[in-house]
This record gives sequence, structure tokens and C-alpha cells, in this order.
Amino acid sequence: MSRAQEFRTGDTPLPDIIILTHKLTRDYDMGSEIVRALRGVDLQIHRNEYVAVMGPSGSGKSTLMNLIGCLDTPTAGEYWLNGQKVSDLADDELAHIRNKEIGFVFQTFNLLPRASALHNVELPLIYAGIGSRGRREKATAALTRVGLGDRMDHKPNELSGGQRQRVAIARALVNDPSILLADEPTGNLDSTTSQEIMAVFGELHRQGQTVVMVTHEADIAAHAARVVTLRDGLVATDQRKAA
Amino acid sequence: MRVMEALRLAFHTLRTQKLKSGFALIGVFIGVTFLIGAWSIVNGINQYMVDKFAGTIIGVNTFHLRRRPNFTPNVDDSTWRAWARRPRISFSDAEAVAAGITVPVITAWQSSDNVTIEANGKEVRDADVTGATERYFEIKNLTIAQGRAFSAQEARRGVPVVVIGSEVADKLYAGRDPIGKTLRIKGEPYRVIGVVAKQGKLFGFSLDRFAVAPARSPVQDQVNPPGVVDALIVKASSVDEMRDAMDQAEGIMRSRRHLRPSQADNFVLETSEGVLTFWAGIQKILFVIGPGLVTVSLVVGGIVIMNIMLMAVAERTREIGIRKSLGARRADILRQFLAESAMIATLGGALGIGTGIMLSILVNVATPLPATVSPMSILLGVVLGGGVGVVAGVYPASRAARLDPIVALRQE
Repeated sequence: MSRAQEFRTGDTPLPDIIILTHKLTRDYDMGSEIVRALRGVDLQIHRNEYVAVMGPSGSGKSTLMNLIGCLDTPTAGEYWLNGQKVSDLADDELAHIRNKEIGFVFQTFNLLPRASALHNVELPLIYAGIGSRGRREKATAALTRVGLGDRMDHKPNELSGGQRQRVAIARALVNDPSILLADEPTGNLDSTTSQEIMAVFGELHRQGQTVVMVTHEADIAAHAARVVTLRDGLVATDQRKAA
Repeated sequence: MRVMEALRLAFHTLRTQKLKSGFALIGVFIGVTFLIGAWSIVNGINQYMVDKFAGTIIGVNTFHLRRRPNFTPNVDDSTWRAWARRPRISFSDAEAVAAGITVPVITAWQSSDNVTIEANGKEVRDADVTGATERYFEIKNLTIAQGRAFSAQEARRGVPVVVIGSEVADKLYAGRDPIGKTLRIKGEPYRVIGVVAKQGKLFGFSLDRFAVAPARSPVQDQVNPPGVVDALIVKASSVDEMRDAMDQAEGIMRSRRHLRPSQADNFVLETSEGVLTFWAGIQKILFVIGPGLVTVSLVVGGIVIMNIMLMAVAERTREIGIRKSLGARRADILRQFLAESAMIATLGGALGIGTGIMLSILVNVATPLPATVSPMSILLGVVLGGGVGVVAGVYPASRAARLDPIVALRQE
């Protein structure tokens, strides 16, 4: 699709590269020993790519996911997101990046149980400081986009698993993020519903959305155009499907 | 997230968790209710004491010469025994003091007891029967509604005539004219010559259930040993003249009793100041106990709110994780939980203010106390209530704000 940048410390990523990690390292101090979850991951993801990150448990994919999602900060190395170096930002700045640049889709949906679908989708907009009318319009549009325009006032427990994940996707998209970051998005869904959700992801990708998805299921990863496999905290394989 | 948003969210949370919120606000509710209610009642008692009680019982610019004080807060047994050993105020004491005071005053004798009055086969139990001299009516501001008061001559000669209160008149004569009729006090007959205009109640006791007869009439036997009065009442026209009159009265009594300078008075000159001092003493206690109780209940209320908020933070760890993953900053989470605890406390405070006001209205209607809610107490209630919420919320909210989003999201 497009070439990788020969990146050295002190460089700035090319504008086309939306995610760039350079020697990304994350150690966990467990008291008696230091667990090296990531040992220097170099990864470049271009705008409008659809990437699946795979790997056995303990390979570091959750750690990478947390770092890419700006929920965590690396021990060493650089992480550039959408032209901004985020690896050394403080807590509140990371919150701002999560709000503006990242749309999360979780395995367990992570919807607020007492809030309606509409309110759940409005949440990122609240923290973006958008007024109530603007929020309602955007959230309604996002829910309509994932086919839930008629379920906006339902609470999560009044929705099926697939519908809940659609609400989560709508919530992830509502703030027009640079990347859609999905962590085992079909882990709690049956195979039919999984296919539906993957179809939604495929459609979003076709519309220009950059999608990064962590999964351990090969058939789910097969929906992506590129599969990155981690092993022992390093990138083991990086395969692009022929277009 | 702006403050309005935090408040809206807090309101929503409280509405969905009514029971928990209800428990959370009880402490603050009780504290503020007590603050408003007690404050207004103390205010009422204060006004009552100053305006009515002191004026009615003793009178303005008036003192009573008595064997011992009528209003006796916190008196121990030995003092009581000492008082009981004092000589009584005799007719001649009263006459000598009344005659010896040189500043212009009016005086009257007073001896009272609760006695049953009968007429027409009806009776009024526990009526306040007083043996007095003729100026008693003037000193006590008693307005004669019907008939007349007894004269100086009648008082001196002890003619068995009587002036009665309106309740006694109504009960014994039920609308018929009592003037000229005969009633009996402990079997002794008296001719009714006057009825006093209705006065109403004091502390719930009727002020119209009385009869006044000349002190030297047979009524003396019902209210005191022979030749003895409860009090000589002396009314001056100003405070200064009253003080002079008191000095003179004290001198006269001391010389009559042959008291050496080292000996204390064995009688008392009681003014309305005494009553007010007594009340001020009670008030002082209330002003210590009141704020103490309010503080204790507010502190307890704050601890309850803090606990419930800590519970809420623990319960909603995942929610906090979700919010953080969606871009909530520390300040946003802090505001959310602070708004919640402040709202619980303010709600408790508001309910407390409402209940306190109702309590005050109830006291106003059901008792003679003119309880009034002070605007200051409402302001204090709002400030203290909300303040307790904010203070109690700081620790739980900052714990919530500091949560690591990854850990919080993993919470089941």
C-alpha cells in the first residue's frame, strides 16, 4: 500500500503515518522482578489502514493496545499519533488525546448500564465540551450510522449483544477519531453477530476510517488488510494481504 | 465537563439511586432541621420572655419585696433551707416599706394561692386567689371590664368583696351578669363587684382564672398565715426611681430586721431583671448545646456522606474507567463526585430548612411562643449543608479522579 519510513529518534513521522512507534518499551515492576511486556516495538500504521494485532496471551498485545490507546505511557521509546508525539504527555493531556483521536471498542462493550444508548454515545462529546444540542445531533447521527436510529432510548440491558457493540462503535466514532481501536470486539458475541460487527468495521474502513483491532481469533483477523503478530514483546510477523 | 454538566449528572445519579441518596442525606437533614428549628424556637422564647413573661409576671419598673425569690434556677438544698428559715414579710413590714419610700411609687400587697371558687353549684378549681390592696389592679395593668375594683377603704376594712377574671365569670355565671352575686372561696362568701377584661394565656396557662379580694378580708386565711404577705409590689415610673426605691426599701427592711452590716439580706427585692437573668442563664446553656448538637449531627452527616461516596466510587470504578477512556480528565471525575456529594448534602440541607420552618410554624400555631425563622439561620443552613457535602466529598472524589483507567476498566 505505502512504504514505511526509515525512522530515527529526533525524526517526525510523515503526514501519511497515523501511528508510529519507535523502540516502544514497557516494563512492569512486579516487585520481585521486572516484566518486560514490550521490548522495543517498531510499528507504522498509515491513514485508512485496517490492521489486526494478533499474538498469544502474554505476547504484549494488550500492553501495546493500552499504549496505542493512550491509557498507558511507555517506559522508553516513542509513540507518535496523528503527527503528535504522545509518549511523554501528562495524564490530562492523554485524556484529551483519548477524547479527540481515539475511538475505543471493547470486548465487554463498556457501556454505562443506567444510561440510554443515546447518552452513552454522547459521553465523549460531554468531555469534548460540546453543548447539549450539538451532542444530541452528533450522537443521533452516529447511532443512525450503525443502524440503531430506532433504539436510541434503550438502555444497554434492553439491547442484544450485537446491538450493544454497535452502540459502543457509535460512541467510538462520534468524535471523529483518527483511529478506531478495537480490543477483541467480537469476544463476547456469537459467530453470526461477530460477522455483522466485522461487516460494520469493513464498511467503516471503506469509508476511510483507520481501524486497529486486537484479536486472538484468526478468522476475525482475516477481515483486516494487514496482520501484525506479536511474540514476547516484539513484532514477530507483519503481513499485508494482497489487495 | 463543565460544572452544569456535573450537576446534571449528579442529579441524574441521585434520582436513579433514591434510597441510597435518602440515607446519605439524613445526617445533614437532621442537623439543619435542628439548626433552623431550635434557632427559631429560642428566638421565640427570647422574645416571649422579654416582651411578655417578664412584663406580665413582675411588671415594668417594678420590684417585689419577698422572703425568697419567686424565680429560682439551680438552687441547692441548703439554700432552700436557709430561705425557709427567713422571717416572712409581715403586714407591718409592708406598711413600713410602703410608707418609707420617698420617691413617687405605687405599692400593693400580694398573697396568692390556688384555691377552688364556687357559686351556683358550679366551681372553678385551682383558681389563682389573691389577697391584695387596692392599687394592685393599677400595678398589674388589670382593666375592669364590668363593675369596679375595690376601694382603699374596702381594702383597709377587709370587706368581703371580690373582683374576678373573665374565665371565672364565664364558668360560674355563664353569660349572666355576675355583679352583685355571691361566690364562695373555701366556704366564705364574697360579693362580686367587678370582672377583669380577658387577658389570654401565658405558657398555655390561663391568665383569666383568678379572683382578687382585699388582703385583710377573710381571704387572708386561705392564702397565708395571719398578718403575712407573699410580696409587697412596688412600681416606680422609671428604672432610676425604681433603683432608688429599692435602695430605700432595702435600708428600711435591714433596720427593721436589725441586720448588722456583715449580715446578708434575709429578704429579696426581685425585679423582672431577675427573671431575665434566669432566662439568660438558660439561653447561655442553649447557645452552647445548640451549636454543639448541630456540629455533631453535621459531622456525622458528613461521615455518612463520605462513606456512601467511597462506596459509590468503589461500585462505579468501571464507570470511572469508561469515562476516563472516553476522555474524562481528573478534574472531570473530581467534579462529578463532588457535585454528587454536594448535591446530597444541599438536598439534605434544603429538606432540613423546610422541616425547620414547618417546625417553627407549628410551634407558632400550637404554643404561645412567637417562633420566627431567622434568615441568618437559613443562610447558615445552606452554607453548612453544602459545605459538609463538599468537604465530605473531597476524599472520595479525589480517589476516583486518581484511578488508573486500565485498572478501573478491568474491574468487574
